[in-house]
Amino acid sequence: MNNALRKLGQLALVLFLVTLFTALLVSLLPGDPAEVIIPFGDESDREALREELNLDDPLPVRYVAWLGDFVTGDMGNYYRQSITEPVADRVTQAAPVSLLLMLYAQVLALVIAIPLGVITAQRAGSFFDKFTNTTAFGILAIPNFVLALVLSYVVGVELGWLPPQGYVRFSNDIGEHFRSMILPSISLAAGQVAVYMRLLRTDMVATLQEDFILMAKAKGLSNKRVLWRHALRPSSLTLLTVAGLNVGTLVGGALIIEIIFTLPGMGVLIFQAISERQYVAIQSLVALIAVGYVLVNVFVDMLYAALDPRIRSARG
Amino acid sequence: MARRRIVAEPSKDQTEPLLVVDDLHTTFRTPSGRVRAVNGVSFELKQGRTLGIVGESGSGKSVLSRTIMGLLPSNNVEVTGSARYRGNELVGAKSSVLRSLWGSELSMIFQDPMTSLNPVMRIGKQITEVLRHHLDMSNDEAEDMAVSLLRSVKIPEPEKRVRQYPHELSGGMRQRVVIAVALACGPHLLFADEPTTALDVTVQAQILDLLDEQQRERFMSMVLVTHDLGVVAGRAHDIAVMYAGRIVEMAPTRTLFQNMRMPYTQALFESIPKLDLPSHTRLTVIPGRPPDLVNPPTGCSFAPRCERAQARCLEEQPPLMEAETPDHRYACFYPVGTPEGDEALAENRRRGYQAAGVPVMIQEKAS
Amino acid sequence: MPEVEPTSVKIDPAAGEGPDAALRHDDPDGTVTLSKTKRLGPIGWLAIIWLGLVALMAFVPQLFPVPGLTERFPDALRDRDFGPTAGHPLGFDTSGRDLLSKLVYGTRASMIVSVLAVTFGLIVGGTFGLIAGYFRGKIDTVITNAFNVGLAIPQLVLAITLAAVFASDANAGYGQRVLVVTFAIGFASIPILGRITRANTLTWANREFVMAAKTVGARTPRIIIREVLPNVAPAMFSIALLGIAIAIVVEGGLALIGVGIPADITSPSWGNLIATGRSQMLLGEAAQVMTASLMVFFTVLSLNYLGDVVRARFDVRDSAL
Repeated sequence: MNNALRKLGQLALVLFLVTLFTALLVSLLPGDPAEVIIPFGDESDREALREELNLDDPLPVRYVAWLGDFVTGDMGNYYRQSITEPVADRVTQAAPVSLLLMLYAQVLALVIAIPLGVITAQRAGSFFDKFTNTTAFGILAIPNFVLALVLSYVVGVELGWLPPQGYVRFSNDIGEHFRSMILPSISLAAGQVAVYMRLLRTDMVATLQEDFILMAKAKGLSNKRVLWRHALRPSSLTLLTVAGLNVGTLVGGALIIEIIFTLPGMGVLIFQAISERQYVAIQSLVALIAVGYVLVNVFVDMLYAALDPRIRSARG
Repeated sequence: MARRRIVAEPSKDQTEPLLVVDDLHTTFRTPSGRVRAVNGVSFELKQGRTLGIVGESGSGKSVLSRTIMGLLPSNNVEVTGSARYRGNELVGAKSSVLRSLWGSELSMIFQDPMTSLNPVMRIGKQITEVLRHHLDMSNDEAEDMAVSLLRSVKIPEPEKRVRQYPHELSGGMRQRVVIAVALACGPHLLFADEPTTALDVTVQAQILDLLDEQQRERFMSMVLVTHDLGVVAGRAHDIAVMYAGRIVEMAPTRTLFQNMRMPYTQALFESIPKLDLPSHTRLTVIPGRPPDLVNPPTGCSFAPRCERAQARCLEEQPPLMEAETPDHRYACFYPVGTPEGDEALAENRRRGYQAAGVPVMIQEKAS
Repeated sequence: MPEVEPTSVKIDPAAGEGPDAALRHDDPDGTVTLSKTKRLGPIGWLAIIWLGLVALMAFVPQLFPVPGLTERFPDALRDRDFGPTAGHPLGFDTSGRDLLSKLVYGTRASMIVSVLAVTFGLIVGGTFGLIAGYFRGKIDTVITNAFNVGLAIPQLVLAITLAAVFASDANAGYGQRVLVVTFAIGFASIPILGRITRANTLTWANREFVMAAKTVGARTPRIIIREVLPNVAPAMFSIALLGIAIAIVVEGGLALIGVGIPADITSPSWGNLIATGRSQMLLGEAAQVMTASLMVFFTVLSLNYLGDVVRARFDVRDSAL
């Protein structure tokens, strides 16, 4: 109980500091933020912006005001010459695309990495094991955007098997949706496959040396059952932690891959915000990503308990 | 799930051995050389009998039971010779054949209950999975059976235990669970590999009594592997003493304790604390270390540590010889309790050292 | 993670050499590091040779017999054939410039950014990590929490944000932009480098020789620098190699988003060559993207491999990851 409270306290602290940091980004801008954000229009627009962002108030007041807006879903505005529109509207359009991309990539990575990790661990030292490990090591050295560019060019342009760019909504056409997501998901997943596979293999090799595996064998259970029912779960804890931490890498990767495949997600949103110098939007987007990332890791922590009863009872 | 089961013919003649082991060798290929862990072991075990296998760690006793079970890792291991269970050859048998025997006909209890149960699987599941696999039970049947198995190994509140995880139980309770798992399908042959070594002294006797009781009730055969001669003393029908991968003496328990012939057996016997000795009596220790199994000595492998060793012991491997007492065999040229043996010991004491050059102390018993 | 315990109880000191030990070691190949021997091996030497070549390209690109960056070759443009010809082993870009020259001259920017960024991250993160791991207690809590905050923002997102914020001045010069990119990548790598340094310091700070140094009255800075740092250094070095590899990739990512080193004929970097090559690739001229990607690939591969060798050699535990 005490432990849970302390964890909660830490979580609150991290969230506070992260949002504080992002909320102050605008003040880091060299020069007058209002000038930078609204270089067009007249002084009254900028005055309104200063008012909106509380730029003339002391930091604590500005932070509290920003946080109040942020938690109620007000992420500031996107300032255009023609129109001023809420960032939140853009986010509700873009976030699902990014989330789907990351989900597909993560699922794809795990679906490939888990069997590979299990099989290579079981046949540690075999040709298949060595081949897979060497390949994984090579894949780790390929930046995901390089893979994305190559796939988009070779499979999309040269071979024409899949769309090299563009996005189709799930609700518009399921088949086309998946076709448009295959290459981006593979690009994003490849590196993760290598990481996950190597991790799982190490842990599995250790688990397979354990007495309870020998005992499971001595029960006469099939090899498959021993591997998948007895060895996999105790071996998957490191994998799970890293999968949680890796969401960070995944987010970064997704941003770039969205840009390459022109998927209208958060990456493209940030890209546009940066090229159009929309710092209010950047600030909210970064805060959103950071908060989401922290929460994912809290969730992973809870999953841990589900996988390992020893942790569950230690927490009471 | 493959459920091909070997139909082991119940033997017509009850005295026909359940397990016949003949000249079994197990060799590990390691970077430092070939380790001859089991080096020509033969014995027979009849239905309903308990065989105690005693030896120091490194004597090959655990490897022996795993070799018979066929549970050794497949890489870098060579097994030759024969181990027949009810006439079925186990050495080199297909893994599907072995799997159908494991758990149903042959079972094994491991040394450390802290590590031999799956930490992330409920106790009940660990029992029911073997029942469902071998006996085709339904889930409900298996669960009922699991509860009654836990009750039979004297675990209190078995209904509650089946839903718990191993870490919620004490070491002794866990070993009872392991026993319940091993006995679940009613095996005819049980290997218990140091079943009490990892447990508290107070719990050891309870676990051994439980094994004893189950063995008698089920008329099972049991191979009880231990480093402690005291453990097998009152519980095994026969005892085999192992040293450096070989059986060096084998006899019915009573015969062995009354007429031990092998100096090594005697040394093991003298290293057991005895209640009738005054307190603070120093226990006899066996000098030296177990032999190097990669480059075993030419003659008797115990010779470098034996206070009776003569030149012959260093050159010639003593064969397993029949003693005058029935069913008693030993491998020694100068056995304990014989004129030759006494003469050899007396000579070494006169010289002050034995054939391998190790000093022999002139020591009086109970000094 | 369940701790792996030996399967046999040791009854006498010889147990480790008995056959029971052989039972446990049926799989000698438990680790996944590719370099099992802890020696460099032929692949290791290849990696070092490649990195040496990269260093030469970064410091003295004039050594390489390639055309100057600004030279254009109208023949290629006229024939619309950008493939390799004599003297131009990699061919040309779509403006008729020699591709190999671009790669060679692009090395400097990529390497300066990534090496400086990691050096910066390592100095700042490493110092805080050493302090946190050595003193523990409250200061450790504060520093660790600060690292956690940093880790709560994905590295690339943080780098993008910083690069975007500090390069917001449209008139910023080339040098200033390079500095901003370096700082952004370096700052974003502080938390992870610091965390790893701290974890490794923790394992060394309570060792006997440190205690001994304390009892003979050595001053704390001296203990940290003379006793602890040399033992933590291999871990820091191996993670620095991996860090440089990551930084090279991040530089490319920043370039693709448009906040990297400004792309110009005279200021190539591997990242901006890939970014600017995108449009050429969609037109069917993939050579620039492919070759720049290969430069990144081989460099990252070499750094990863050597990082693994260092880790295996010094038995570095990456528990902090």
